[in-house]
Amino acid sequence: MCLAVPMKLVEMVNEDFGRVDAGGVRTDVNLMMIPHAQLGDYLIVHAGFGIEVLDQEEAEIRLDLFREIAEATAGLEVD
Amino acid sequence: MKPEQEKQTATALSDAIHDLASRIPREIKIMEVCGTHTMSIHAAGLKKLFPPNLNLVSGPGCPVCVTEKSFIDEAILIARKYDVVIATFGDLVRVPGDEGSLAEFRAEGGAVKVVYSPLDAIAIAKECAPTPVVFLGVGFETTIPTVAATVKTARLQGINNLYVLTAFKTIHPPLKTLADKPDLDGFLLPGHVAAILGSNCFDYLVKDFHKPGVVAGFEALDILIAVRDLVSMLAENKPAIANDYKRVVRDAGNPVARALMEEVFSPCVAQWRGLGVIPGSGLEFRHKYNDFDAAKLFAVGTPQSKDDPRCRCAAIITGSKTPAHCGLFGKECTPEYPVGPCMVSSEGTCAAYYKYGGA
Repeated sequence: MCLAVPMKLVEMVNEDFGRVDAGGVRTDVNLMMIPHAQLGDYLIVHAGFGIEVLDQEEAEIRLDLFREIAEATAGLEVD
Repeated sequence: MKPEQEKQTATALSDAIHDLASRIPREIKIMEVCGTHTMSIHAAGLKKLFPPNLNLVSGPGCPVCVTEKSFIDEAILIARKYDVVIATFGDLVRVPGDEGSLAEFRAEGGAVKVVYSPLDAIAIAKECAPTPVVFLGVGFETTIPTVAATVKTARLQGINNLYVLTAFKTIHPPLKTLADKPDLDGFLLPGHVAAILGSNCFDYLVKDFHKPGVVAGFEALDILIAVRDLVSMLAENKPAIANDYKRVVRDAGNPVARALMEEVFSPCVAQWRGLGVIPGSGLEFRHKYNDFDAAKLFAVGTPQSKDDPRCRCAAIITGSKTPAHCGLFGKECTPEYPVGPCMVSSEGTCAAYYKYGGA
């Protein structure tokens, strides 16, 4: 039940709500818990609320690490 | 990442886990606390990637699974006696109570509305006014702030026919109980609960219990890397709390969400399926918000609901049994005709084993 998915904030609707895009589907989410959210941010959305803003830098660092792990293995196979 | 690259990473992490686990000459038992992790692990078939001496067991982090049967009965009794509309997350509607399930109650003509967000209950309350609408408040710290925000919003909007029947649970008290069990070696910590509470709040696992915990995301690779880090800490006997979900979880969590939760609710004793009564593990309305408390306003007494004595959900939630140990599993108890909540919830252990195999 703690499922939460990243959705991109594309429009501010009013003080409390923003419109997000999730794979082409647009929906409004409550921003009360993430007052620092900016247009273009990816929000972690749970039960109609943004509960956190995705840290894109950390997301990149993690992806780089996964790629490095993959490449290290690929290299071993070649050797 | 390309699927091929993802597969390579998974294989490399699996190899690393095998290597690390081979340095521990005994069975390693790691608990995935969160039901959403349980579902991800089974959906991605990750158990096949683990060595034979590494055992991942499911924990109590499935709100529907730990909710007492009496809660369902209380909701139905309230709806019958006071003619209220029930608003609930979809996961709860098929949980069998002694009074039947909410789905059966609806089939008999009862007003049960499924919502995606607690905010939807405000819309229902406006639509149904003056009929009372009772939202069924289950969930952990990920969900609780959304209900607190809904209650605050309802008050601001002057909505006076919305109530909440609470069975919220907080994660630390049961985690402390489980950390004390000698056969559990470490914990895969719930990513979205940690988004609210912060990765720092699990330090007691190390200080008081000398056990490691890793905050994990929900993709297959997120889980694999977190398991690798846990097994690595166990192999080196250096327990720590690590955060492998930094893109979402901050050290101190989300203070705005916590402030909302603390403004509306205060800790109380709670009854857990499988774990019994745990002091301070539930939440009740603070005095200021008492007028939202459905249990006080629509008194029906606590139903003396009885669990089917053959159902093993209680042992499964605490990681001491798997669905394979249950005589009902897959026979009398199926997702279509569930006996216990672990088969009903989309993230229940029994539902995961039934759907993906692996008992």
